[in-house]
Amino acid sequence: MTDTTNNAPIAKPDSMLVTIFKSVALLRESPVGIIGGLIVLMFVFLAIFAPIVAPYDPNAPMVPFAFPGSEAPDGGTFWFGTDQLGRDILSRIIWGGQRVLFYATLATVSAYIVGILMGLAAGYFRGYLDEIISFFANVILSFPIMVLYVLIIANLGASGVNIIFAVVFASSPGIMRIVRGVTMDIATRDYIAAAQTRGEGPWYIMLVEILPNARGPLIVDFCLRMGYTTITIGALGFLGLGLPPPDPDWGGMITQTRSFVTGGFPYMAIFPACAVSLLVLGFNLLADGLREVSLRD
Amino acid sequence: MSDQDETPVLEITGLRLSYYTRAGEIPAVMDFDLKIAKGESVGLVGESGCGKSTVANGIMRYMGNNGGIVGGTIKFKGRDMADMSEEEVRRLRGKDIAMIYQEPMASLNPSLTIGQQLMEVPMNHEGASEEEAHQRSFDMLSAVHIPDPQRLMDSYPHQVSGGQQQRVVIAMALLSKPALLLLDEPTTALDVTVEAGIVELIAELSKETGTSLLYISHNLGLMLEVCDRICVMYSGEVVEEGHIDSIFSWPTHPYTHGLFGCIPLPHADKNARPLTAIKGQLPLPHQRPKGCYFGPRCEFFEAGTCDQDQIPMAAVHTDDDPAHRVRCARWDVIDPKSFVPEETVKREVIPVGETVLEVKDMRKYYEVKDSSLAALFSGGEAKQVKANESISFRAGEGETVAIVGESGCGKSTFAKVLMGLETATEGEVNLSGTNLGEIAVGDRTAEQLASLQMVFQNPNDTLNPSHSIGYQIGRVIKRFGIESDPAKIQELVFKLLDTVKLPRAFATRKPRQLSGGQKQRIGIARAFAGNPKTVIADEPISALDVSVAAAVTELLMEIQREHRTTLLFISHDLSAVRYLADRVVVMYLGQIMERGATDEVFSPPYHPYTEALLSAVPIADPEVQKRRIVLEGNLPSPLNPPKGCPFSTRCPRKIGAICDDEVPPVQFAGDRHAIACHIDMEELRKVEPVITIPDRDMDAAD
Repeated sequence: MTDTTNNAPIAKPDSMLVTIFKSVALLRESPVGIIGGLIVLMFVFLAIFAPIVAPYDPNAPMVPFAFPGSEAPDGGTFWFGTDQLGRDILSRIIWGGQRVLFYATLATVSAYIVGILMGLAAGYFRGYLDEIISFFANVILSFPIMVLYVLIIANLGASGVNIIFAVVFASSPGIMRIVRGVTMDIATRDYIAAAQTRGEGPWYIMLVEILPNARGPLIVDFCLRMGYTTITIGALGFLGLGLPPPDPDWGGMITQTRSFVTGGFPYMAIFPACAVSLLVLGFNLLADGLREVSLRD
Repeated sequence: MSDQDETPVLEITGLRLSYYTRAGEIPAVMDFDLKIAKGESVGLVGESGCGKSTVANGIMRYMGNNGGIVGGTIKFKGRDMADMSEEEVRRLRGKDIAMIYQEPMASLNPSLTIGQQLMEVPMNHEGASEEEAHQRSFDMLSAVHIPDPQRLMDSYPHQVSGGQQQRVVIAMALLSKPALLLLDEPTTALDVTVEAGIVELIAELSKETGTSLLYISHNLGLMLEVCDRICVMYSGEVVEEGHIDSIFSWPTHPYTHGLFGCIPLPHADKNARPLTAIKGQLPLPHQRPKGCYFGPRCEFFEAGTCDQDQIPMAAVHTDDDPAHRVRCARWDVIDPKSFVPEETVKREVIPVGETVLEVKDMRKYYEVKDSSLAALFSGGEAKQVKANESISFRAGEGETVAIVGESGCGKSTFAKVLMGLETATEGEVNLSGTNLGEIAVGDRTAEQLASLQMVFQNPNDTLNPSHSIGYQIGRVIKRFGIESDPAKIQELVFKLLDTVKLPRAFATRKPRQLSGGQKQRIGIARAFAGNPKTVIADEPISALDVSVAAAVTELLMEIQREHRTTLLFISHDLSAVRYLADRVVVMYLGQIMERGATDEVFSPPYHPYTEALLSAVPIADPEVQKRRIVLEGNLPSPLNPPKGCPFSTRCPRKIGAICDDEVPPVQFAGDRHAIACHIDMEELRKVEPVITIPDRDMDAAD
């Protein structure tokens, strides 16, 4: 045995990027996941390159009520038509996607930070802390979620920050429950006892020893929750509680053009509605794919 | 063999089984031949991953989604099972071929009573009436020695103990009077004293009913008690087969011989005759070498002979056993017994130093909260579980003290109190003069923490799957303030890897890339990183294969020897304890029954419980004579322990009411040999030894 001890070359550990790439590469075994991933990637690409990709200024009035495919004054084409104020719907969808993705990501990540910290504490310390946190989580979860959003936004006013706050308030209890369950399971493992017996503090144990091992269910849930948040932002926009105008917002676009749908211009609402559905579908398929891959060995 | 007039119950020729995975087809079993006559019991022995369970599943024609039978025939009572329709095979299963699995709880339906599940068998397979089914189930439960069959039939599986559950599973398998019974490690999940009862039952039933047995196990000692013939498997092949006496007396294949070298038999001794582990590890199925699969690990490997074509089975020792065959190209040239590995050098006995750890009258009680409304109103006192009761002993520097007992005896609770994961209810735990009993782990100083470390039981649980090996060992070094400079920590990590005989490249690996034995070595490296005075090893080898366990045991002792560490070895395995411990503490239901030097505990006078434990341990040596003591009944609930001696409910030497009512006195048989029993010491001295070891070749190999 001893002869094999020292001569083996020491391989460099994979960098973070390589590790992430390897996990993503696993997705190739799930066609559903690939489709979902491509849809999400497309929206991300459009959001990042909105200034280059969008053919027109999303807020510039041009020809009102132009049908999809009609010619624009500058010789281009309104692929998705224009709205009642003459703004190019395709450009508004692309710019709106940027805002939706930005706020959905920020809101979901914030909800995750709060949910994870509460879940870790509840699951690791147990006892009264757990009972208090779980009690409040149950109270929040017992409200119909839309009522909760409307109450918060109506009281605090419609703004990006308030939307984030509302999402954190409404989704973190659900995240906390997942994290709490996983934490309680992992806390019984021997490596946690080993960490305790070398005198590690509770937050080190929670964040370094437990959290990385809880990532499996959390990544899947994150994708699903990104979908929910996208719907929420759309729904709030539709109720007039979304991001303030004139900047484009998918939900807002639907609500503003609602009265024209029956008047012969259904495309004004259909295209933004499709955008919401497609993005949510992308997140859900991606979550399904990740789950499928993670369940396999 | 050919002159048998009746067809064998099972005849397998050239069986090949494969699994299909991402990496392609993986052959799990190759060229497997087996013939089982009526009433015969055949053992299949081998380490995990050698394909023994796959064979059983293949016989049941149940290979799961990703497995398949690639070649060969399985004939059941002369009929090829491949010719049978799906329906016929389905009818065979459970009726003519029954299988018993390792985990009894998983084999029983938790939502049906045991009676309902048993009665289903005759009702389904034979269309028996309900009364008849009930009667037969009742009789069968009596036959498997269940004391109160009616009560058991009305119970749900979770209400009875593991040993009882396994008896129910056996009863269920036998109800349909199968011609062949497959047992896949049926006692591995059970305690030794319970195991002894089950093994005796299986042997007895197969004789009575004429059922043929295929007994799968990794435990050679058990084979000796149950089987007529055995097949030794290695990496998907049978490497040696023959009559049990023949194999045990003349193990011819170097692997078989190596297996015997790994088992702590009664004549092994950690100083004079250490265990000899088999070098290397089992090849992965897609990395099997050419020719003999055991080649790279074999001490007698000869290039050109062993690494060419597939090696056929050859008959050996035919004078004594016409069926003894071995798959070795050089069996006629080599003599495995002559091989003495270089590491088998006699070691010096290490003198025991000053007392390092002293436990005085330590108690640990848990309160059981009864949160029911009734309890709230009646205002009764909270119940207590006495997990540890008056534990006292001393351990010196460099000494190995074993704590022995079956599950539920409080040995893990004791370890938790020592580590500070729980605090003692009463009493002292002195480590180098400081009482640690009431200091929880969070309040201990880095020095106190470093001086007491632990090796855990489950190799898959001992390392954090998210971090590299190097990080996990390095973190200990950093925490204990031994080194803070990253480069020096790295250097120390490498040194520790050298110590546990693993390549330095492992520092960057993640735990999932390591085998069970390697993970356990990392666990040992981590425990010794802070130069501890005392290390607690909680069943460190019970989850490992024999050859790996031998290597890990030797490594643990070597490091202990070097550092003069006090080792507390918690185990249920008396063979391992006899081999490596200097002193032994026998626990039962939270209390110490007997303690003393290893030789004292393993010879009379015994505590009656020690006596039963010793008798229950299977020994893989046909020449060792053993007195049989099978304990009746189950471990009492710790919530409601007997008032007097905890062992009184199962004790075969109970002398009367005094055992039930009074706590037994601690009697001293020697200077530090204490027995807690009501029986007079003079009486206990008269007890004959449980195990008699013949005086053969003790000096032949020296």
